Amino acid sequence: MITLRIPTPLRPYAGGANEIQVNGETVGAALEELTNTYPTLRKHLYNEYGELRTFVNLYLNDEDIRQLQGTATRIKPGDRLMIIPSIAGGKGQVAQWK
Amino acid sequence: MADISTLSGVKIYKAREAGNLEDVVGNTPLLQLRRLTAHLNPGVRVFAKAEWFNPGGSIKDRPALNIIRKALKQGKLGDGRILLDSTSGNMGIAYATFGATLGIPVTLAIPANASSERISILKALGAKLVLTDPLEGSDGALRKASELYEKHPEKYFYANQYDNPANWEAHYLSTGPEIVEQTQGEITHFVAGLGTSGTLTGTGRYLREMLGKVELIATQPDSPFHGLEGLKHMPTAIKPAIFDPQLPDRTQEVTTEDAHRMVLQLARQEGLFVGISSGAAAWVALKVASELDQGVVVTVFPDAGYKYLSDRQLWEGN
Repeated sequence: MITLRIPTPLRPYAGGANEIQVNGETVGAALEELTNTYPTLRKHLYNEYGELRTFVNLYLNDEDIRQLQGTATRIKPGDRLMIIPSIAGGKGQVAQWK
Repeated sequence: MADISTLSGVKIYKAREAGNLEDVVGNTPLLQLRRLTAHLNPGVRVFAKAEWFNPGGSIKDRPALNIIRKALKQGKLGDGRILLDSTSGNMGIAYATFGATLGIPVTLAIPANASSERISILKALGAKLVLTDPLEGSDGALRKASELYEKHPEKYFYANQYDNPANWEAHYLSTGPEIVEQTQGEITHFVAGLGTSGTLTGTGRYLREMLGKVELIATQPDSPFHGLEGLKHMPTAIKPAIFDPQLPDRTQEVTTEDAHRMVLQLARQEGLFVGISSGAAAWVALKVASELDQGVVVTVFPDAGYKYLSDRQLWEGN
C-alpha cells in the first residue's frame, strides 16, 4: 500500500479525498488502480494517447518521477506519491516544502 | 514615443525622456500577428499587447504599481510597513521590483511548485517568500496570505490582488486607453485570460464605455486541474471579488495542450517568445477571429517565455 496525495482541484473527482491508499508495484500501476476506482480522474491525468499529460508532475517521496524511471519507477509499501500540476512548468521548491 | 522621421523604411522614434522605473510601466507595443492569421478573411486582423515590455517583465506591473501608489497615497504603506500578497509569480515580481525601488519590504505567499526561475527572480529582488502547499495551488497561497495578515494586521498592508479594485482600475486607466488609441478605436473584439480578472474587467469596462459594442471574450482553463500559469478555472476556484461575471459576452475554455502548441507556433512563426498564458490568449483570439468576416481582435500577451525555460518538454515539442 502506498499513499497517493491528491491536489485540491482533483479531489471532487476522487470522492473528496486528499489522500488515497493504493496498491501496485510501479507508479503506473498505482495510478492505474486510482483511475480504475475513480474513472473520471483519467481524462485529467492522461491525454488521448494514454500518456501522462505534460503538465502533470508526480513526486515519489519528493522526487520527480521524470528524474527516476517515469511511470515504470518501482514503489514500496509506505511510499508517498504526490500529483501536482506544474505552475509555469516548474517543479520549483516542491522538495523543500513541508 | 512620437514618430519623428522615416529613414530607408526604418522608423526612428524619439527616445524616452530620462526618468524613474515606474514611469516606463505601460504604453506597451500592440503587435499584429501576421503568419498565424494567413488563413483568416482578409478583413480580419489580430493584435496582441506585448506586455513583457514592462520593466518587471509582465502585465502585472500595471496593477502592482497602481495598488502600491494608491496605498501610499492612503497612508497604508510607508514607514517600513510590509506589502503582503499571494502570487504564483508575475504579480510578486512586480511588487518586488517596485518595492525595491521605492523602499517597500515585500512578503509573498507562493505555491512551492512555482517554477524555479520565478523563485530565483523573487529572491534576487529581495522579496521574502512563504512557500505554500503545492497541492493547493494559488488558492492555498491566497489562504496563507490572508492568514498571515489576520495574525499581524499591524505589520502588513495586505495588497490582495484578487479583491483590490486598484487592480482592475489600472487597466481601466492604462491598458484600455492604449488599445483604443493604438487601434484608432477600430477594435471589435477583446480577448483576455481570467486570473484575478483584472485585465478583462478594467480594459473591458473602458472599451465598453468608450466604444459601446466591443465584444468581450474571457479565457479560462478547460478544467480545474491545468498547467496554465496565471489563469483560474472560475467555476471551481475562489472567486475574486473584483470579478464581474456579467461583463464578458462569452467565456472560451482552452486546454493546456492547445496553449502549449500555440506557444511554440508563436515563437516559430511570429518570432514571439512568450509565456503559456499568451499561448492560451492567442489560441482563443485566433478561434474568435476565424469566425469573423471582418473585425479587429485584440488580446494581451502577459509575459515572455524566459520564466518557463525550465519546462523542457514545452520548448522541445514539435
